[in-house]
Amino acid sequence: MTFLACLITWIIVHVLILHSLKLQLQTAIWDSIISNCLLGAGCLLISNNLKYYLPKRQQFWYVLAFSLGITMLWLFMLNLIIMAWPAFTTDYTSFFLKSLPIRFAVGFIFIASIATTSVLWYAIEDQKESLRRKTETEKLAREAELYGLHQKLQPHFIFNSLNSISALAVSQPQKARQMIQQLSDFLRGILNKNENERILFSEELNHLQLYLEIEKVRFGHRLSSQIVSSETALQMTLPALLVQPIVENAIKFGLYDTTEAITISVSATDSDHMLTIKVQNPFDAETALHPQGTGFGLSSIHRRLQLLFGRSDLLQTLSEDGIFTTVLKIPQ
Amino acid sequence: MIKTIIIDDEPLARSIIVEYLEPYNTIEIVAECNDGFEGLKAIHRHKPELIFLDIQMPKINGFEMLELVETPPSVIFTTAYDQFALQAFEAHAVDYLLKPFSKERFHKTIHQWIAQSKKLSRDEPIQPLLQAASKSPAQTERIVVKTAGKIKIIPVNEILFLEAADDYVSIYTKDGSFLKNKTLSHFEQILDGSHYVRIHRSYIVNVDQITRIEPYEKDNQVAITKSGKRLPISKTGHARLKHILGI
Repeated sequence: MTFLACLITWIIVHVLILHSLKLQLQTAIWDSIISNCLLGAGCLLISNNLKYYLPKRQQFWYVLAFSLGITMLWLFMLNLIIMAWPAFTTDYTSFFLKSLPIRFAVGFIFIASIATTSVLWYAIEDQKESLRRKTETEKLAREAELYGLHQKLQPHFIFNSLNSISALAVSQPQKARQMIQQLSDFLRGILNKNENERILFSEELNHLQLYLEIEKVRFGHRLSSQIVSSETALQMTLPALLVQPIVENAIKFGLYDTTEAITISVSATDSDHMLTIKVQNPFDAETALHPQGTGFGLSSIHRRLQLLFGRSDLLQTLSEDGIFTTVLKIPQ
Repeated sequence: MIKTIIIDDEPLARSIIVEYLEPYNTIEIVAECNDGFEGLKAIHRHKPELIFLDIQMPKINGFEMLELVETPPSVIFTTAYDQFALQAFEAHAVDYLLKPFSKERFHKTIHQWIAQSKKLSRDEPIQPLLQAASKSPAQTERIVVKTAGKIKIIPVNEILFLEAADDYVSIYTKDGSFLKNKTLSHFEQILDGSHYVRIHRSYIVNVDQITRIEPYEKDNQVAITKSGKRLPISKTGHARLKHILGI
């Protein structure tokens, strides 16, 4: 829009200049329209070209040479048209030829300034765009981090545990204190562990036992657990905080899917340089909504394993005879 | 005496409410329940005026249990952390206690309830809350119905088709049909639109169940299901069906 307004203004100014040089008004108007429309086209050409291609180095020389080239092209085309145009007299054409240097100078100034403005404009736009993208990525990263923290801390578990402690504080203060201790150790375990670091399975098992003890206080007689591990498996290593979400899934699955008492069993063995951990929970085959357990935490474990080992066969689930089994294999 | 029931799957969580209720001589705890099934039975038997209800419980959650009670008593919800439930509570100004809650907070809630229940025309805040809650993640995956005194949990993907019947909707599954006091529009909202199509004012059908579509009288169509049922298709319904099936 601005560009068009400038062009029209310049066409008028151009007419006035030519007219003041004793040129016929009609000829002046034709001259102005033809040369300036061509000039406008040249400006658009250079501006569009710079939008899509701008060398990182030697920008100045590129813009200068390009502007010169376009100006020459413009003058050449203009010359062709003016000479071929039947309405112009020979007086006018000789005037035109004499005015070529000045036309070249004016045209060059126009084209070069449009080119410079375009370069600046696109550079600013580019910067705005990359800034926007940067804030966007930062925002996403922050959200992911918050979500991860949320997942790790399990607010539902913590608040329910605190509620149990509140109940015990009056009836069984000793037990309340013990549970505070367990909950603290559990939280410290979560906060101190780096998910990318490998730890001994015995350490992960301690963390798991804390978790199970707390859950047992919450659910009373409904929940019991059984942990079996071979001596060699205890000495094997695995990425931190992998097993607890599986057990958490088993507890949720077991406790929220049946109304009876349940036993969660965890067994660990070593086989062919693999640490194999098996977690089992009972479920009601008739009403189970998540036969694969995807609705709970297993899909994130699956993703983590894929990132860590580049394999998708390390986590397997199986439901049979009312028992849901999750098998986790960790290469050593 | 005011009869009350505590429904929570954690014994210790129930014991706190029992302890906090001790000073109230006018409130009698007639039952403590481990889950929604026990809760339903106890409500039916004792007809309490007030219940304390946890949301996350085995098999059916607190909201689902309430849906099955014909004339729900006053409810004070107790929950630890459930973003969805909190939003639903706040939107409908229902009283709820966030675990762990203090004695003071508990007393305030009870006093408020006593003052409110004295008024004759007490507003019933439960219905809109249940409507909001029925959009919760758990409840878009399954539907809980009561049939001949038993509770049945229907995973939504087992629904063959739905038929509007007055204020109810008949849910047809391979095990038969079940009534639920919801509208067809409600199901239209919660069901997966790429599999369930509202083919008629009174019908939503699982497209996988349609074996063929036949012309019926002039201008009209019927869908024939695998079980041989003939379901009418309206004009807009036909357009929707064609869109989903890509024909």
